[in-house]
Amino acid sequence: MTATDTTKERRRRAPLAPWIRGTVLTLGSIAVTMLGLLFVTFIIGRVMPIDPVLAIVGERASQSTYDAVYEQLGLDQPLIVQFLYYIGDVLRGDFGTSLLNARPVSEDIARVFPATLELATLGVIFGVVLGVPLGVIAAVRRGSWIDQVARVVALVGYSMPIFWLGLMGLLVFYGILGWVGGPGRLDIFFQDIVPTRTGMILVDSAIAGEWAVFRNAFSHIVLPASLLGYFSLAYISRMTRSFMLEQLSAEYITTARVKGMSERQVIWGHAFKNIRVQLITVIALSYANLLEGSVLTEIIFSWPGIGSYITTALLAADMNAVLGGTVVVGLIFICLNIFSDLLYRVFDPRSK
Amino acid sequence: MSELTLRQWLLTDAPTSRRHARLASLYQGWLTLRGNTMAMFGLGILIALVLMALMAPLLAPYDPFVQDLSNRLQPLGTEGHLLGTDSLGRDILSRLIYGSRITLYIVALVALIAPVAGLLVGTVAGYAGGWVDVVLMRITDIFLAFPRLVLALAFVAALGAGIENAVLAISLTAWPPYARIARAETLTIRSSDYISAIRLQGAGPLRIITKHIWPLCISSLIVRVTLDMAGIILAAAGLGFLGLGAQPPSPEWGAMISEGRRFILDHWWVATMPGLAIFTVSLAFNLLGDGLRDVLDPKDDNR
Amino acid sequence: MNAFNRLLASAALGLALTATAGIAETPANMLVIAHRIDDIKTLDPAESFEFAGSDVSRNIYMKLVNFDPMDLDAGYQPEIAESWEVSEDGRTITFMIREGLTFHSGNPVRAEDAAWSLQRAVILNKTPSFILTQFGFTPENVTEMIVADGNTLTITTDKPYATSFVLNCLTATIGGIVDKEVAMANEVDGDMGNNWLKTNSAGSGAYKLDSWKPNESVTISSNPDFWRGAPAMERVIVRHVVESASQRLLLERGDIDIARNLNPEDVAGASAADGIKIVDELKGRLMYISLNQQHPELSKPEVRQAFKYLIDYEGMQNSFLNGQYVTHQNFLPQTYLGASDENPFSLNIERARELLAEAGVENLSIEVGVREAQERIEIAQTMQNALAQVGIEMNITVGTASQILDRYRARDLDVYLGAWGPDYPDPQTNAGTFAYNPDNSDEANATGLLAWRNSWDTGGLTEKVDAAVIENDRDTRAQMYLDIQAEFRETSPFVIMFQQVEQSAMRENVTDFSTGQAITAASYWQVTK
Repeated sequence: MTATDTTKERRRRAPLAPWIRGTVLTLGSIAVTMLGLLFVTFIIGRVMPIDPVLAIVGERASQSTYDAVYEQLGLDQPLIVQFLYYIGDVLRGDFGTSLLNARPVSEDIARVFPATLELATLGVIFGVVLGVPLGVIAAVRRGSWIDQVARVVALVGYSMPIFWLGLMGLLVFYGILGWVGGPGRLDIFFQDIVPTRTGMILVDSAIAGEWAVFRNAFSHIVLPASLLGYFSLAYISRMTRSFMLEQLSAEYITTARVKGMSERQVIWGHAFKNIRVQLITVIALSYANLLEGSVLTEIIFSWPGIGSYITTALLAADMNAVLGGTVVVGLIFICLNIFSDLLYRVFDPRSK
Repeated sequence: MSELTLRQWLLTDAPTSRRHARLASLYQGWLTLRGNTMAMFGLGILIALVLMALMAPLLAPYDPFVQDLSNRLQPLGTEGHLLGTDSLGRDILSRLIYGSRITLYIVALVALIAPVAGLLVGTVAGYAGGWVDVVLMRITDIFLAFPRLVLALAFVAALGAGIENAVLAISLTAWPPYARIARAETLTIRSSDYISAIRLQGAGPLRIITKHIWPLCISSLIVRVTLDMAGIILAAAGLGFLGLGAQPPSPEWGAMISEGRRFILDHWWVATMPGLAIFTVSLAFNLLGDGLRDVLDPKDDNR
Repeated sequence: MNAFNRLLASAALGLALTATAGIAETPANMLVIAHRIDDIKTLDPAESFEFAGSDVSRNIYMKLVNFDPMDLDAGYQPEIAESWEVSEDGRTITFMIREGLTFHSGNPVRAEDAAWSLQRAVILNKTPSFILTQFGFTPENVTEMIVADGNTLTITTDKPYATSFVLNCLTATIGGIVDKEVAMANEVDGDMGNNWLKTNSAGSGAYKLDSWKPNESVTISSNPDFWRGAPAMERVIVRHVVESASQRLLLERGDIDIARNLNPEDVAGASAADGIKIVDELKGRLMYISLNQQHPELSKPEVRQAFKYLIDYEGMQNSFLNGQYVTHQNFLPQTYLGASDENPFSLNIERARELLAEAGVENLSIEVGVREAQERIEIAQTMQNALAQVGIEMNITVGTASQILDRYRARDLDVYLGAWGPDYPDPQTNAGTFAYNPDNSDEANATGLLAWRNSWDTGGLTEKVDAAVIENDRDTRAQMYLDIQAEFRETSPFVIMFQQVEQSAMRENVTDFSTGQAITAASYWQVTK
């Protein structure tokens, strides 16, 4: 039944090049997923027992003030009409105005997203730089003490409540030892010195050549980034180990060894080369998780990123901000997934 | 003597019945697991946790709710309060002990709800195929693309804070991976000769799914659930930390950290003790899950 | 474990020492404040109604009459208005506008700007507009009631209200005078510049707005032409820092000058550090619980009375509220006209048990709504403990501010635990909400009145409040409020517990900083370092 259907369809669309068809299908599925994402968020926002009007006008407002805002928000329209209006606006790139601070949501996101991007990127770099070698060594020396240590390091990472570790880290490294900067992205004197280009302070200050600002920004980001990095390290090192073990037990490795190839050549030249694509998928996934999953870290470190933005907005019933933030994060998640899928298709010999 | 024969019976190479075979393989799995020190360590902690929860009234030196405003924020090792007291003068040790009940309750409920929901969606999608598959998997994708904590937050915000709603919220974010695993397993099983044979005998789809596909999906799901437990505990604690989990005065560990973080500079133990408790329990689940994976999931690393 | 504890304590002490060694210090002409400013929604004075927003507004916009931060007890003083006269029938006040004042734009401050600003606030009809519309102004009549004529401004009210009441209202944020020319130049769709003023400023005060980054910071810079002289602090940065511990660390390290949200434990810790002083100021905020009178048991007079004996006022004041709340059992905060210092109730389980027995209450189970704020949750838990001792089971529902408020306004909660801050420094602000409820029906939907939210008909206090607000003799008026409160204390379903004390921790070199006490907001122009 399904088989005949697909053949029919294939026959009908025969003139289309397969890559066009593939692209259209991919784009279509992104669109459907995004639409669903929007719809679910929208519904959650509307059933939430927080009154957005009250959130705006506050508890002292008179009834006429209340009614005016109610109409202004279009809440008197049927739900589906509100949703369609919203979709229309989003398609034009307009996420609406934040109900609570009267600014365009897109402007807010442009401000908070780079903060998260900076944090997650540094975190994932940390995770890759330490996690991949750790995983490879653990696989090569399987069962040795180093493998055991790697295992414990990873499991501890999986088990740690990040909000607690963050608090403790702040207490010890900022409060007691004074090695790192405190909560926030910069000390106050360093604020507003470098012009905003990318919104990522490390990048902006490097472009402007303001190295004092760069150092200060680094001292603030290093603790939260290494915490996040630790969690991605745990995941990346475990996956690397598992991929490597699979390769190392393959026949071609034995052959290579028999041929007298050096161990280094075997490990890095052959085995590692073959897990690159799988690794990139894992790293992309881990990156996506950091981008969306740093809510608690951002709260502990007063980091003005998208996670804490969405959370604050949610608790204050600022639905335009929640929807905008969710769309952006969801889109990134989906894109990273598709990106790693594509890589897989392009590089993996088996999938050709 | 009889033990020895039981052991021999379990280790036989030639099982006499299906039940015998199943028990034998279980026993062999147990033997492998027993050899894994770290997994046994994890299991030990979890057993201790369950015992602690069961015997909380016997173990706890104080009623976890009794306040004493004149005796607040006592340090570790205070006479009568081994782990000190919190902001309202309640005994932290007693609260931790009673809190283990809440943790277990949350874990047990989520572990029941999320995999079952995922299994249902995944097997139906995989077995039915066609547009059912497309629709169900698209829904799964939507939930996967959601920022997890944000979805849970939104859900709790919509339904109101509380343990039950926190459980539902976490389950809501946890089911999609199970659905994917179950679907993948179903796809491989569906086309096997064994299923075709059953279908030829006239079995309906419902019977095939429940009697033949589900049992085969279980083992990979169990591994996944055990490994996810730590994540569930952390998510629950995170919600508690944000004030959206258990309601006061209940001694939920995440909420205890949240209460204690105000005093982090001068009275660090108030937030530290529940943090250590959460860490210990989720580490125990991870150690056990890691060991179980070695036993149950032969595809993975320790071949 | 104990040894480790001591080790950490000494390490923390070491931290305090390194802080005084002084790596960081803020520039001499700059004031850096850590404060929670996430409540700011807008900076338009016609719309702004939050604490942190009032702080910004007070420093940017001048008002007809205003308070002197160096002498707050003196009451309102002339500012843009140099003097005023009250007509014989008590309904019209004529203000003489001070000569030579200019806005930040360089435009002169005219009577026309003042009239337009007040008219605008009424016409825009935003949340705080009730502060002005209670004098009988409507968007339709306001241009006739508030009139500019050359150098004078005339305000005509619908009743002969006490002059102090009218002028006190004009000191609220909504009384800020806006530069008409600049605002109208930025008008969009007839919004009278509302959208633009949300994030920009057009005032004549000591500072002008540089930037407001939501949930991050507010930066203002000084106006050298300020009529009282150029402020010593040329730049003021208010940085949003949520955690008390973070604020304290920043302060101890010298990264900031003032920390405004330290909890009692951190205040105690910070005051032990070198170079830091704590300044206490009594604020207007009251912490109270209220009982919904639609509840069959809670509406019994004995039960209302019993609750007043079930609060451990002293225990809380001396433990987790230490230094930040003092027991206060009347609806007018200390320092207000007519404020009473009588606090007759204290924790008395026996008395409460007798009262409940008289009322025949048994096996009562009720729900209290609390917003997500640690000290309130702790008050609720302490109360829960006391209630349990007399056999009342109280379940605590914690939610976000608007969640709980929503249910409170819908008369949906059995018990509400929360705070109330006065809107303007006149007794009417609290009398008119705690003890005033002309129509107690559900249809009246008077959600702004606390008495209505608790379905309390006030037992005749409404008329007394009406009488007090038009009494022009100061002493008589004060006595009227004392009488109202004496009755309110005994009969009302409100258990007023505490008045807030704001503890600002600051570097020792900061002088003359004031958060405005109970009557107004913070001001910076008089601060020196």
